[in-house]
Amino acid sequence: MTIEEKQQEIIDEFTIFEDWMDKYQYLVDLSKSLKPFPEEYRTDDNLIKGCQSRVWIFAVKKDGKINFYGDSDAIIVKGIVSLLINVFSGFTPEEILKADFNFIDEIGLKEHLSPTRSNGLLAMVKQMRLYALAFSAH
Amino acid sequence: MTPIVDIEKIRTDFPILSDQIFGKPLIYFDNAATTQKPRCVLDKMTELYTTQNANIHRGVHHLSQLATAAHESARQTVADFIHANDAKEIIFTRGTTESINLVASCFSELCQADDEIVITQMEHHSNIVPWQMVAERKGLKLRVVPIDKKGDLRLDELEKLLNERTKMIAVTHVSNVLGTVNPIKKITALAHTQNIPVLVDGAQSVAHLPVDVQDLDVDFYVFSGHKIYGPTGIGVLYGKTAWLDKLPPYQGGGEMIENVTFEKTTFNKLPYKFEAGTPDFIGSVALATALDYISNIGLEQIAVYENELLAYATERMQAIPNMKIIGTAATKSGIISFQVGNIHHYDLGMFLDKTGVAIRTGHHCAQPLIESLGMTGTARISFALYNTKAEIDQFIEHLEHCISILN
Repeated sequence: MTIEEKQQEIIDEFTIFEDWMDKYQYLVDLSKSLKPFPEEYRTDDNLIKGCQSRVWIFAVKKDGKINFYGDSDAIIVKGIVSLLINVFSGFTPEEILKADFNFIDEIGLKEHLSPTRSNGLLAMVKQMRLYALAFSAH
Repeated sequence: MTPIVDIEKIRTDFPILSDQIFGKPLIYFDNAATTQKPRCVLDKMTELYTTQNANIHRGVHHLSQLATAAHESARQTVADFIHANDAKEIIFTRGTTESINLVASCFSELCQADDEIVITQMEHHSNIVPWQMVAERKGLKLRVVPIDKKGDLRLDELEKLLNERTKMIAVTHVSNVLGTVNPIKKITALAHTQNIPVLVDGAQSVAHLPVDVQDLDVDFYVFSGHKIYGPTGIGVLYGKTAWLDKLPPYQGGGEMIENVTFEKTTFNKLPYKFEAGTPDFIGSVALATALDYISNIGLEQIAVYENELLAYATERMQAIPNMKIIGTAATKSGIISFQVGNIHHYDLGMFLDKTGVAIRTGHHCAQPLIESLGMTGTARISFALYNTKAEIDQFIEHLEHCISILN
């Protein structure tokens, strides 16, 4: 699947939810399915300080593709971290840099990524792109 | 004591309370951040801009006279509301934060290097940072009074901190995180035995309990209009005349001058000395309208009613498993900070938002306090006179639902 197809799959999944509680319930479930964040990566360098919740993000490049690891101390944020990682892991830096991250808007979670939300998510998205940029230069 | 006047009638005075959020009735429990406005305040602002808008003071024309009279009458209303001795002791500012900055900045001019300012562990950043900034500039030292496990101020420690170098005690009346009501009378009595002035941050008290600045014997008392059902952008600094006379002016320009030449400016008398630039003469009058509104209901009645809400909510919340209420002082105002098990406050806030409940989450601009509690933040509900037990029941139901999903 391409990044676009993965995003479309998530958008389709979210259309079945009728209310916010279902949507958030799904994010809670997603947060539990996120692969564990390797403890050796849980460093201040990999920490994005939001005012309210914290996000850790790390990436490794293997066989030309980037794998992202992420975590958060807030479950809803962790659920969104999980979505982002599922979409962008396993692609080349070039594929990631070409992609847009707008699917978060389309599934109605835009508010979590607004600059006024101090939950670290917006900075995390920037950081994912920076990883792709850094890896593409190698 | 007669019960509070018809709460349903009061609720109809606040247009926003009939709003729906995500299709659910709004339950507004973020009153410590800002309060909603009664229609009379909104109407007053429209009326003033529509019929009475002219710059105040020194205007010779009719509208200016009207606006000036209204602004000065508002000053008297504020003075009466907090029982100041004289209207000239009321300075209009932009809010609590500006009031504290004014006092910190001007007062520091009277201090010498190594003089000490005493604050407390439970202060809002607005009663920490202005003092820190002047301490840095003037070589002053900040001393911090600790709190005990329940969230009460350690008065014994306060007493120990006072010495001949202590120049000011700056303390909040009510903690915006813990809800603790501090014993201001005891603090001023103690301070005044050593001729130390006391500044009280009234942001969280002025709308919730009767305040008599003369009875409390505070030297400075500050609050914001928007936390007492008035507009944003207007605030109050009360200071005893003797202190305000002693302080140099804050900002220059506008009504604060007596006479200006390029060689020297002499300054106007109180209160104008501290009101540089065009004051918010619409905000001041709308604030007075808000004060009249709650005076008509009665601060004693409001305090009794909000204490009932506090007791009821506390009792219902304590029945929830793994509920930890942060701040259990014997005397509290209608503020409840809490943590449920390991659930992150951000998650609770976001979930509750979708049920129409507005709460606040995070460090509440009291980072040193939150960190000393070993936390990264709390969820906080805070009441105003228009909240009801039925809303608390609804909130508990939504909260329990959120907890069940998040666990």
